Amino acid sequence: MTERTTEQAPSRSSQDENSAAGSSTIDTVTEPDPARGRSHGSPIQGRGERIFRGLTSGSGLLVVAAVAAIGLFLLVQAVPSLLANNANFFTSPVFDTRDAANLNFGIRDLLVVTLLSSLFALAIAMPISLGIALFLTQYTPKRVSRPFAYIIDLLAAVPSIIYGLWGIAVLAPALLPIATWLSTNLGWFFLFAPGNLPVLTGTIFTGGVVLAVMILPIITAVTREVFSQTPRFHIEAAQALGATRWEVIRMAVLPYGRSGYIAGSMLGLGRALGETIAVLIVIRAATTPSGFSLFDGGYTFASLIASAASEFSQPLPTGAYIAAGLVLFVLTFVVNAIARVVAGGKVNG
Amino acid sequence: MRYQRRVAAVGLIAASALVLGACGSDENAGGGGVTAVEGVQCGGKPDLRSSGSSAQNNAMTRFVATYQQTCQGQTLNYTPSGSGAGRNEFLGGQTDFAGSDSALKDGDETNRAQQRCASPAWNLPLVFGPVAVAYNVAGVTDLVLDGTTTARIFNGQITTWNDPAIAALNPGKALPAAPIVVNFRSDESGTTENFQKYLVAASNGAYGKEAAQTFNGGVGAGARGSQGVADATKNTPNSITYVEASFAQRGGLAMAQIINAGGGAPVALSPESVGAAINNVQVSGQGNDLKLDLNSLYQASAPGAYPIALATYEIVCSNYADDQTASAVRAFLQTALSPNAQQALPEAGYVPLPDQFKQRLTTAVNAIQ
Repeated sequence: MTERTTEQAPSRSSQDENSAAGSSTIDTVTEPDPARGRSHGSPIQGRGERIFRGLTSGSGLLVVAAVAAIGLFLLVQAVPSLLANNANFFTSPVFDTRDAANLNFGIRDLLVVTLLSSLFALAIAMPISLGIALFLTQYTPKRVSRPFAYIIDLLAAVPSIIYGLWGIAVLAPALLPIATWLSTNLGWFFLFAPGNLPVLTGTIFTGGVVLAVMILPIITAVTREVFSQTPRFHIEAAQALGATRWEVIRMAVLPYGRSGYIAGSMLGLGRALGETIAVLIVIRAATTPSGFSLFDGGYTFASLIASAASEFSQPLPTGAYIAAGLVLFVLTFVVNAIARVVAGGKVNG
Repeated sequence: MRYQRRVAAVGLIAASALVLGACGSDENAGGGGVTAVEGVQCGGKPDLRSSGSSAQNNAMTRFVATYQQTCQGQTLNYTPSGSGAGRNEFLGGQTDFAGSDSALKDGDETNRAQQRCASPAWNLPLVFGPVAVAYNVAGVTDLVLDGTTTARIFNGQITTWNDPAIAALNPGKALPAAPIVVNFRSDESGTTENFQKYLVAASNGAYGKEAAQTFNGGVGAGARGSQGVADATKNTPNSITYVEASFAQRGGLAMAQIINAGGGAPVALSPESVGAAINNVQVSGQGNDLKLDLNSLYQASAPGAYPIALATYEIVCSNYADDQTASAVRAFLQTALSPNAQQALPEAGYVPLPDQFKQRLTTAVNAIQ
């Protein structure tokens, strides 16, 4: 065992060397190198190797099978309702399933509210997380950064219902002056145009800020981890060229950690897209369709399903909500795929 | 030694937490003020089952506490699963009676109830919860509204507080020129349905929307649950909502006085004023089936009658196949109608039944076989 560890150490750093601005370190630690395993294969080790290999590929397949099974379940449950739907599923802003014989449901507003709130949250959380991660890894000594990082991780442990109550009771009134300023001075811009709610509290704007706080720890944790793995000699090389601390970050740390940062942000976006109870409490329901403003109200996919979950008694109306869930499921894949393209095909999330 | 002391301390804290916790939950069960009721013939099936409306759940909890006190060894298990589920479970024979926000529908549902009971089923309106029109306008504590004006506020035709229609009902009051923010229930609820029925019945067609479990006014911002709309109204200046009176009282919200269909003086919400409206309500059912003509409640014209209340029924068989069940149901409902049980209702947000109406219910309950 000791022998293997000592052998592994140089090989890991040599791999880091090869992937200059590429793969994140998380990947390097968890993914076994098949080539290495084969070259060391004695008969006894070979059996253990096979068993372990079987277990890992089994776990991998299980995840794929589970995702496929979820997709299949959603599809099977949704199809009858989609066939019975009288409204256009993609363009209708109404979601009326009260009468099982006359279903009228569409996802237009759900999609708008879900994407607006999540992307707004991401727009707030990404720069802040980047700042925190750089601060913790590059600007502070270890004994300060450890407790600091711990506090940020603690944010992830707060239950989402608490975020919801805090959002509507504390944050919404506190954000009111900012929201009022934005809507009076930047009202000509569609994002800050007057929304479909008569109030400026409990809007997508408020919900987005709550979501930003919720996804901050995830993005920060991943980014911090990647930045702290920046090879020492990359940094030293930059310093040897006379780089300032900011230039070191720009030349060595950021290129190395870029894909990890994007991967972390995608994890955060995934949480924002699927966040249910906090959104349900914070964002208020509206009576007219959304006009792509941050001051609109409405439901996200997840909050709509949660709000109606207690009424799921008949299969057809239930299927309508499952169809909405299916769209959220697909949306998550699409968002991930887009992120991979943006990151230049080098995301290892 | 020190270790043991620490263990003892932890034990003490845990024990006191349990005791305090128990006190906290006791409140819901009616507290220690529950006393037995005279003149109820106990007996029959020891554990009744019922389910349905969540709007009457808090009243049921109090009734059950009194029932257990009165008839030792007897109890009732009430599940607030929603009115529709409650009626279905009763029709399917899973429960002994149903709690419901609405009476059995004529036709199919009534026929199925007839089959299930092998006798006519009776709708007994046992629990009435007043609905307040609560608002948050700085400096205005005695707002007066009538049916038409309320309807036009909740369908978006009246948009500012100093609208001539509101000003005409409130002479001399400083109404702000601010827009009215309507807070409505975003979840499906019997309160929304009954309030909209009131708006339809009392506005001479001014509401112009359909009464349903979801809000159809097409104006305002939704909030979840009674607590949600009460909180939203409290936190939003110049807003108005409809909510069960207990939530408005607990939230410290002002409640509008309503001019009823009779056009007399404005009526404030109180057990007496709601009782006056209940006393004048018309029964559309036959004999002991006390299905209400709710429009007669919403259009109450007697002086001092407050017209907005949510009526919830117990749906029972007039003649149970099993005599044991019949006597237990009779004993439970007799307990619920007793003064001891009725006087516990106001603190839970309901109104005690006025004597005249209670007499009709008592006659019906005693006739259950």
